[in-house]
Amino acid sequence: MSASKKVHVTTTINGESTDFLCEPRHSLLEVLRDNLGLTGAKEGCNNGNCGACTVLLNGRPVDSCLVLGVEVEGAEIETVEGIACSSNLHPVQECFLEGAALQCGICTPGFLVASKALLDKDPNASEETIRFDLSGNLCRCTGYDKIVRAVQAAGQQMSAEA
Amino acid sequence: MAPQSVSEVVAVLSEHGDRAKLLAGGTDIIVQLREGLREADVVVDIKKIAEVTSFKYCDENGLSLGAAVACYNLYEHPQLSKLYGALADSTHIIGGWQIQSRASVGGNLCNASPAADSIPALIALNATAVIAGPSGERSVAVEEFCTGPGRNVLENGELLVSLQIPAQGANCGSAYERFIPRNEMDIAVVGVGSWVKLADDGTIAEAKIGLGAVAATPLVAEAASASLIGKEPTEETFAAAGELAKQIATPISDMRGTDEYRTHLVGVLVKRTLTTAVERAQSS
Repeated sequence: MSASKKVHVTTTINGESTDFLCEPRHSLLEVLRDNLGLTGAKEGCNNGNCGACTVLLNGRPVDSCLVLGVEVEGAEIETVEGIACSSNLHPVQECFLEGAALQCGICTPGFLVASKALLDKDPNASEETIRFDLSGNLCRCTGYDKIVRAVQAAGQQMSAEA
Repeated sequence: MAPQSVSEVVAVLSEHGDRAKLLAGGTDIIVQLREGLREADVVVDIKKIAEVTSFKYCDENGLSLGAAVACYNLYEHPQLSKLYGALADSTHIIGGWQIQSRASVGGNLCNASPAADSIPALIALNATAVIAGPSGERSVAVEEFCTGPGRNVLENGELLVSLQIPAQGANCGSAYERFIPRNEMDIAVVGVGSWVKLADDGTIAEAKIGLGAVAATPLVAEAASASLIGKEPTEETFAAAGELAKQIATPISDMRGTDEYRTHLVGVLVKRTLTTAVERAQSS
């Protein structure tokens, strides 16, 4: 297997069928950012500690830096670009804005994707659950309290709408 | 490459030796390859193979857990998380949610970190590793699987196919706990898994304790486990087992803790995990 030989991969990204070519060594994060222009997912640590590259793979949050592009053949991927519904921000995005739950913003896309996944599972998640489930996302501006409050507010909005 | 059968993987591994690396959840191997800690000419994705990616429980034979089954399958499973408390505890704290979506128990074992969270739990639960290779299948007790930090018993051409974990009858309970200075997302300073089976009169009929991060490989605390047999499950009994477990700990001192501190933690965590394991056994 030559490292440079590109592989054709068909996948669904944010609801749209997408094809791409990638080398077997390339991560899903590299494919998203460099091949497909989806630069929402960020490269923070590139080793699975920081969560800035979080995307949903078949509905579950993963670090896209630890997934190979060739592994997502036939899979469904959701990135931060797919969270908003046309021109309406998702409640979690609105609440991050309203609550100023970001400073530099590098960690924000990862937090948004993971938070949406956790609120889809349980919009009434407790503070403890939110903190535990978001422990794979690091914010080096240390804005955790505002982030947790924004997620709680989004959850309330989501259960009120449901 | 992503072969469809175990025999194809054995053929690739036999041909390439240690220049071939297996990919399950990728949370260790992708980082190790990227950072130059391990090298490979061929990376073999084993997640197209049913035996490796599936799991099955039955009351007679217990749990057959494919080597590439991701962590979340265990702690999210209503029945398995109750039956195998120690495994649910450990899989829920390996990395964060993103890691648990991908990382497998089999991979955690093969990676053979002395501080791996799932290994003391597997030891306590009496798990066996089922290995396939050029000369057929063999089984190895989990406590014999790791041979040093990052090293295991797998020989050229061999792969871990599944873990077999005995059925859990009534009166069985288990727990895993680790000590870390943070709340989540850290490497165990010490980790302990305990399993007990209670007799009808409430005394301890069988017990097994696994220790992590106190030696080059995870350990079975044999004398500590044996000391529990026939005893009432009291704090004194657990404390005595903790003292015995401390005697086999030969930890290193590093930035996570001194050897003295780690040895102390063994006693504390043996007591705590036995307490939880007995509570779970009593309510099962």
